[in-house]
Amino acid sequence: MKLPVFLFSKSTMTTLTLQAAVIGIIFYAAHGLLVNTQANLEARNIASGFGFLSLESGMPISNSLLPYSPADSYGFAFFIGIINTLYVAFLGIILATLLGILIGVARVSGNWLISKLAEIYVEVLRNVPLLLVLFFTYSIALAALPIPKKSLMPFQGFFLNNRGIYLPRPIPESGFLIVCLAVLTGIVAAFLIHWYATRLHRETGRIIPSFTIGVTAMVTIPAIAWWVTGGPLAWEFAVLKGFNFTGGLVIRPEFSALMTGLVLYTAAFIGENVRSGIQSVATGQINSSKALGLPAGLTMRKVILPQALRVIIPATTNDYTSLVKNSSLAVAIGYPDMVSIGGTIIGQNDQAIEVIAMWMGVYMTINLIVSIIMNWLNARVQHIGR
Amino acid sequence: MVITALSFIMMVSTVWSGTLEDIQKKGFLTCGISEGVPGFSIPDSTGQWKGFDVDMARAVAAAVLSDPQKIKFVSLASKQKIIAVSSGQVDLTSRTTTWTLKRDAKQGVDFTKIVFYDGQGFMISKSLGVDSATKIDGATVCVTAGTTSELNLADFARANGLKIEALVFDGKKEALNAYATGRCDCFTTDVSQLASLRTTLAKPEDHQIMPEVISKEPLAPLVRHGDNQWKDIVTWVINGLIAAEENGITAANVLEKKETSNNPVVQRMLGKSGDTGSYLGLDADWLVRAIQAVGNYGEIYDRHFGPSTKLNIPRGVNKLWTQGGLQYALPIR
Repeated sequence: MKLPVFLFSKSTMTTLTLQAAVIGIIFYAAHGLLVNTQANLEARNIASGFGFLSLESGMPISNSLLPYSPADSYGFAFFIGIINTLYVAFLGIILATLLGILIGVARVSGNWLISKLAEIYVEVLRNVPLLLVLFFTYSIALAALPIPKKSLMPFQGFFLNNRGIYLPRPIPESGFLIVCLAVLTGIVAAFLIHWYATRLHRETGRIIPSFTIGVTAMVTIPAIAWWVTGGPLAWEFAVLKGFNFTGGLVIRPEFSALMTGLVLYTAAFIGENVRSGIQSVATGQINSSKALGLPAGLTMRKVILPQALRVIIPATTNDYTSLVKNSSLAVAIGYPDMVSIGGTIIGQNDQAIEVIAMWMGVYMTINLIVSIIMNWLNARVQHIGR
Repeated sequence: MVITALSFIMMVSTVWSGTLEDIQKKGFLTCGISEGVPGFSIPDSTGQWKGFDVDMARAVAAAVLSDPQKIKFVSLASKQKIIAVSSGQVDLTSRTTTWTLKRDAKQGVDFTKIVFYDGQGFMISKSLGVDSATKIDGATVCVTAGTTSELNLADFARANGLKIEALVFDGKKEALNAYATGRCDCFTTDVSQLASLRTTLAKPEDHQIMPEVISKEPLAPLVRHGDNQWKDIVTWVINGLIAAEENGITAANVLEKKETSNNPVVQRMLGKSGDTGSYLGLDADWLVRAIQAVGNYGEIYDRHFGPSTKLNIPRGVNKLWTQGGLQYALPIR
């Protein structure tokens, strides 16, 4: 065994002792903090532990994706907050990515006006605090739109006012399941076509328009099912009743403002990642693919993008995790995310340490999941050495 | 962020010494105050905090430090008002805070003496033509997070079978602003604050406060749990201000009364006879200084809510018990 010799070497011993001492100090400090906190909480007659989560919350929540009433527990109220945070984070990441790619591509565009506009966009949003962006989008949402009685109606059944955007709510009727299955079949068919086209290309070199065929399959199969079942979807329209509209689907201004702010802000950062990614690809690569006679679209898809992604993805992982964390600013504009609801729970129970631990736990879990997915994606696009 | 900081303070601070000694040693009182509610506490044009709650704190400072100006005010959001006291960030919170069982028993604070008997109400734009809170089915209501108002609102809706959408904001300003822009139909908080906040709207006369009072909101200054001497001091300074009104003692005549009054009650209060101050760990003139600084309870009320002010909130149940109200000073002896 080599290990004992290695252990008895003098410098290794010193290093190990030092490390043990540091760990010891950290544990001692943490222990002291814990004991002291507990003693102080007891001295001040403040409850500790998570028992309060099962108590009736009594607090109202607007903007709940699940059925919720004040008779539910604090735990469930917090869960509603987690769902709201996840909802904002998920949609925000998707929309910010789409807009970010657009901005990034516009930044490197040969068109002077487009690239200048994209540059101005990036510089303005990147250099303003997100909180101000949110205040701005929220006050626009409230100030620009009329009160419910004077709602705008751009289309039949669509209403716009300062209480939200009201859309008709789809109500499935019998046969709707068949349409759902047809949509699923369409997606599977598109994947199969793509897989077949790739194989055909690899084996014979023949190229078939797999994208067009796939999209056609995805559209026509559900369309036929829709037509056969006779359109099994009814619509419930929002109606002005008393103070507010009832019925229909509603998107609250707090949500719209938060989403708009987060997406606009994060897209500026993602746009810069995309730009740097594209610019990192050596011009020789592009010239070579031109020389080979590849069309511009194919050059983008097969040559530039796979190499650009290696630069884009790690930086974008940071922006995704920032977006998740930034969604906590929702509290400033009345959107009931996890932090807003947790804050109220602290106010009612004064168990700040427990709630803060829960906040940290949830944000960490979400961001670790985001990081795992992005790292997996990153590993897939990395250059594989031969 | 503030909450995080506070809980950190909570973790590292050790056992309390006496608050009174602390204050006398550092030479000023730290007092939690609102974010700006006209009448209760709001900074004037020179940045000086003014208001009913402020004067209560000044009376305490005058009694303890002989100087009503030696106060450091800390503006607190609703969510922070309890934790700021229990963690020791402030010595005292004088900030329209409702005395409830849970706060008293489970949140590490003690309430002192009720300074204002209030109740929760609703403000609504007159243009909606609604005159009663029982008719607000379907309405959107703006409310501040972490308040009893938030809970009362949910209770009121459930008890009356009303479907009310509550829009909860972290800060009072944001909630009021959302109401002002028409995002909410109603704004709800204590009636006195409604009267106060209405004056800050662009057109106060367009808004009415509906007659229903849906809760009891006894507002009292609070101190942290466990320092009985400090709690006694704040409690008895407020008792003293009410007793001063009961006995016709004002800021103007307090010194004269001390010398000339033959009333043994007044003599004891003002330290001419007996030694009430020493029971609290203070000197004999503690209450004289408090009354000199801010006047008696009635004077304070009139200065901030009386008919000559913009708010003009009738005294109602906050009259002295001898006039049919609830304000009743405990015997100072």
